[in-house]
Amino acid sequence: MNSNSVLLLITILLFAAMYVTGCIVYAGKGFSHLQTFLNILISNSGLICVTCGMTCVMLTGGIDISVGALIAMDCMFMAAGIESWGMPAPVLMLLVLLIGAVFGLVQGFCVGYLGIQPFIVTMAGMFFARGMTAMINTQQVTIKSSEFFVNLANLKFYIPFNIGAYANANGKLMVPYFRLPVIIALLVLLITFLLLRYTKFGRSLYAVGGNQQSAALMGLNVNRTRLSAYMLTSVLCSVGGICYCLNTMAGTTTQALGLEMDAISSAVIGGTLLTGGVGNVIGSFFGVLINGTISSLVKTNGKLVSSWSNVVTALLLCFFIILQAVFTKFKMRSRKKM
Amino acid sequence: MKIFIKKFARMPLFLPIFSLFLVMAVNIVFDIVNGNVFYSFFTVSIKNGVLYGRLVDILNRGSEAAILAIGMTLVVSASAGADISVGSVMSLAGGMCCMLLAGFGNVNVSSYAVPLWVGIGAGILAACLCGAFNGFLVSYMNIQPMVATLILYSAGRAIGLLLCNSMIVYIRVPSFKLFGGYLGIFPTPILIAAACVAIMALILKFTALGMYVQSVGINGKAARIAGYQSRRIIFTAFVISGLCAGIAGIVAASRIYSADTNSIGLDLELDAILAVALGGNSLGGGKFRYSGSIIGAYTIQAITTTLLKLGISSAQAPVFKAVIVILIVTIQAPVVRAYFQKRASRRALETRKEAISA
Repeated sequence: MNSNSVLLLITILLFAAMYVTGCIVYAGKGFSHLQTFLNILISNSGLICVTCGMTCVMLTGGIDISVGALIAMDCMFMAAGIESWGMPAPVLMLLVLLIGAVFGLVQGFCVGYLGIQPFIVTMAGMFFARGMTAMINTQQVTIKSSEFFVNLANLKFYIPFNIGAYANANGKLMVPYFRLPVIIALLVLLITFLLLRYTKFGRSLYAVGGNQQSAALMGLNVNRTRLSAYMLTSVLCSVGGICYCLNTMAGTTTQALGLEMDAISSAVIGGTLLTGGVGNVIGSFFGVLINGTISSLVKTNGKLVSSWSNVVTALLLCFFIILQAVFTKFKMRSRKKM
Repeated sequence: MKIFIKKFARMPLFLPIFSLFLVMAVNIVFDIVNGNVFYSFFTVSIKNGVLYGRLVDILNRGSEAAILAIGMTLVVSASAGADISVGSVMSLAGGMCCMLLAGFGNVNVSSYAVPLWVGIGAGILAACLCGAFNGFLVSYMNIQPMVATLILYSAGRAIGLLLCNSMIVYIRVPSFKLFGGYLGIFPTPILIAAACVAIMALILKFTALGMYVQSVGINGKAARIAGYQSRRIIFTAFVISGLCAGIAGIVAASRIYSADTNSIGLDLELDAILAVALGGNSLGGGKFRYSGSIIGAYTIQAITTTLLKLGISSAQAPVFKAVIVILIVTIQAPVVRAYFQKRASRRALETRKEAISA
């Protein structure tokens, strides 16, 4: 068992411990129902997509902090497209994916071919996207007029055979359900998992992140790989934006504020090394679940302010970053001994 | 004339001064179009007993960015990264100061709960601790600077909110308004920024701090072998950055005589990084030009003020700043530089060939 699977194991155990503790402490407030877990999945479906993309870009040793702003821009574009420009929702969804691809292409070009630090490029991207959101509309735009979109957002998938069903205070049977974004997010998760594990492109991401020079010597096109990583991230982020928009049904300038932080911390908590080359999306998925559980616990408590979940997430991030640093030091030392 | 332009373009401070002139030109054109006299940008008058004018406004509003740029220059130079937590740390320092001055849990006070210096000292101390935390992660745990500061980027503002009970704490005492208000006819922030800039300039001039920081930034390993304590120097740079963020935070809180933790220092980290880049410093670390960063900070404020004057809202302004950042870093990018150098040398070769054949 190597140190990477240890990190993944720590993450899964942490999630289990947190969830079980929540179930015990807040049993009276309904935390132990299956619906609570499904709600975590529903409200974090956008984050799952984004974190899958973030994992890909972090595997190459880069980082993308423009994701939150890009989601805000996507949501605002869809909302304004439907409400002000009267465009059909399916076309807008495709357009949003296209915007993501172009956005990622520009960022990837700056990072891959011009050799500018990923952080600076994506920070500029973040401010650009946030500003563009305000350019489209500074007010909140709520989506009401597209029947297709509203129906999509209201779709409910009930769990069959009444598994996890419970009777509420009025004696009505509540069957747990999930919504469309969950399906999209899980599909994205599956596709990214397969992509990273079984395709040439996925393996080249690991190779570039592990050691750029040896990847180049192996005959990989490092620049192109890095460019495609950023493109993939922005496209997945746009998919996440669609999920996000289906959940919130609105576009505002402050939407998904600080989401990049959640995505990065989820990926790091899930065992993705910030230096690149190590990590997988399953760990990132559990990272998102941990994040979701924290904010759900804070919400269930009811007395705590929502900024507590920010503080706790940051503490966890800090803990895992230090853990990674210690692991890396350990590895270097054992390599030296060999 | 051509030689003069070439010489000017090679000057170390070309980029910041050129952009400053460009912004002034835009202002002058704007004034003429609006039917004002062309020098109205530069006019300084005294209204209500204080200095008044667009130039004063830029100098006043740009104080926080200039103070932040002092610390950011050192951090960028020493660690080849950036401290992206400064905006949040500013808000934390402002929150800490106001919370203590108001007494925890009070929203609106007209007298201090603790002496003024205790509140300000605690705010700056909290910011220094944040800087030390960042510095510890970067120098002793070998974590990339931007990732390490990402923790406080998110947590700093949240802790500030918790300190203030998620409310805006108002301090309605005249002596607290002093730091963001006016001292005589001068806006105090200008004086504070000038004092900070001068102190740092003296430190750089009379101690070896600047040399240490640069040598660590150029080659950390070589600097360590040469006998510098690389880690301690990087740590110091981050603590100074925290200190600057603290001072800027107090000024920002005093300006609105309240701790609005959600909005103090919002997006200012970008301004500070942009100031360093605009000052002609490489974001890849190493050599730095202190004066460039300061001019850069005021240039950015001039851009912001001009954009606001042109009718672009503060929410939309980041688009232009982002484009400027990308343009500057693209010019600085090694690939682009190599391309231009190659072109220049090829042209030189051609002229020489022509000379030989003639």
